[in-house]
Amino acid sequence: MTTAWVYAELAGGVLDGSAAELLTTARTLADEVAAIALGPGATAAAADLGAAGAATVYASDDEVFASHSGGPQAFVLGGLIEEHRPSIVLFPGSYEGRDVAGRVQARTGSTLMANAIAVPAIDRARTEIFGGMTVVDVQLQGPEPHLVLVRPRSVTAEPTGGTATIVAVPAEIPEADLGARLVERHEEAATGPKLEEARVIVSGGRGLGGPDAFAMLDALASAIGGAAVGASRAAVDAGWVPYSYQIGQTGKTVKPDVYIAAGISGALQHVVGMKGAKRIVAINKDPEAPILKMADLGVVGDVFEVIPALTEEIRRRSGS
Amino acid sequence: MNVVVCTKHVPNPQGTPTLGPDHLLVRSGVEGALDPGDEYGLELALQLVERHGGEVTAVSMGPDDALAAVQRALAMGAHRGVLVTDDVLRGADALVTARVLAAAIQRQPAELVIAGVESTDGYTGTVPVTVAALLGHPSVTAVRALELEGDALRVERQTESGYDVYACPTPALITVTAGATEPRYPSLKGIMQAKQKPLDRLTAADLGLAPEDLRSSQTVVEVVDAPPPPGGEIVEGDTAVGRIADLLADAGAI
Repeated sequence: MTTAWVYAELAGGVLDGSAAELLTTARTLADEVAAIALGPGATAAAADLGAAGAATVYASDDEVFASHSGGPQAFVLGGLIEEHRPSIVLFPGSYEGRDVAGRVQARTGSTLMANAIAVPAIDRARTEIFGGMTVVDVQLQGPEPHLVLVRPRSVTAEPTGGTATIVAVPAEIPEADLGARLVERHEEAATGPKLEEARVIVSGGRGLGGPDAFAMLDALASAIGGAAVGASRAAVDAGWVPYSYQIGQTGKTVKPDVYIAAGISGALQHVVGMKGAKRIVAINKDPEAPILKMADLGVVGDVFEVIPALTEEIRRRSGS
Repeated sequence: MNVVVCTKHVPNPQGTPTLGPDHLLVRSGVEGALDPGDEYGLELALQLVERHGGEVTAVSMGPDDALAAVQRALAMGAHRGVLVTDDVLRGADALVTARVLAAAIQRQPAELVIAGVESTDGYTGTVPVTVAALLGHPSVTAVRALELEGDALRVERQTESGYDVYACPTPALITVTAGATEPRYPSLKGIMQAKQKPLDRLTAADLGLAPEDLRSSQTVVEVVDAPPPPGGEIVEGDTAVGRIADLLADAGAI
């Protein structure tokens, strides 16, 4: 019997959407599917995990998982792996997924594949390289379980409506495995529609030159109505907008109806997070910018002229 | 406080990467540089030792070409360099890379190991934490600021909606986000001095790793060109604005 596990990420006590996607993939690989949920909210999430296809949920609601970074999760998951010997463990391609998988790997000595877009078999993972121009299948060898980090929104979750058996796991973590301790949390209030849910996204990059230009994108988003504003890593790294704006390999994967990229060159980092958009509009003054080649409509022009003019035109058309 | 910074030589991000007949990325003879993502951690390391004393060691694994990355780190101010080069490491997977880096780091005492969040060519993003686990160090990833407080670190970790502050005992490993700080440019003096600085060239055998520790567990079995993007239309000038608005209207967005 083949067993596939899913590391179900909880953020602030809420189950991350990646878990249902990973369980959908896990069901195609194995006849026994389980999820591991650690931290406050884990037991409560078991119903959703069962409905998404997990037959078993290993859960602990212990606060230690929320107040430390990666170490306790890796300790518990590593122990469960040694006890139950799954063939594969799927992780979300998030910072937490990386932290836990990377530590587990040191313990299991098994192979790890990041940035997978599909897992065709228990010993095979598919990824994209060179900005999505090339698709590569990789054979996974060595001791099980294979550890695979899957990019968000690579598959559509297909719930089974099932029910999971909850197995409570103890959270006795040795001092050495606790690692760094959370002492303060600073949150900035989010505004506007969520990037993952918006039908239209207006996104800015290095070409905007500074934080002030994002007000221009806000104005366009508001003229369109219900549009969200995003950014490339270059703009986030420069400190112009918070990390919650970031679309790309690290950051969010979005699939809106229309994606408007303003002053974004089209680096691989960014492209993998937005190429699933139904239609892409790119505005860049550099005719050689890679983003123009992948856009349905590429505009060679100055964002500081095109964006305000477009905002004006949309307001005119909607009669406001 | 002594700090080790993991540095990677990556193909020029503006260049056109290619796969060789063995399905591995062609790294030799390709214009490359120190991964821009590594410069932020290096800068933080240099600032730490400037304030608290100690030395910065730049550690790298890669072919002979990777020497350029280590030399760049030395020119920026790192005190010594270590480069592990070995044919058996060609195509090393994440675990083998982590084992090699951990073994190379262990050769000099350091209270802190710093790496980038992810490399600019591979984007795997797990190698640093695996190194930390192999060394028995705690780790904090996606760090945007850090301070030394006694024997412990106070680090700010970037989160989805702000940042978290962690207290981290040392020795420790952290990964640093790009944009954490503004990396310095190497001075002419720095570039001249770099050539005189201690540089260890090591092989896998020097690290005492067994052959089975160096065997990668991944093989590329199929490479397919993705269907090219449907190829849109490029417009310039006065019609552009109307065309974008038409597209939005067609999509039912306005």
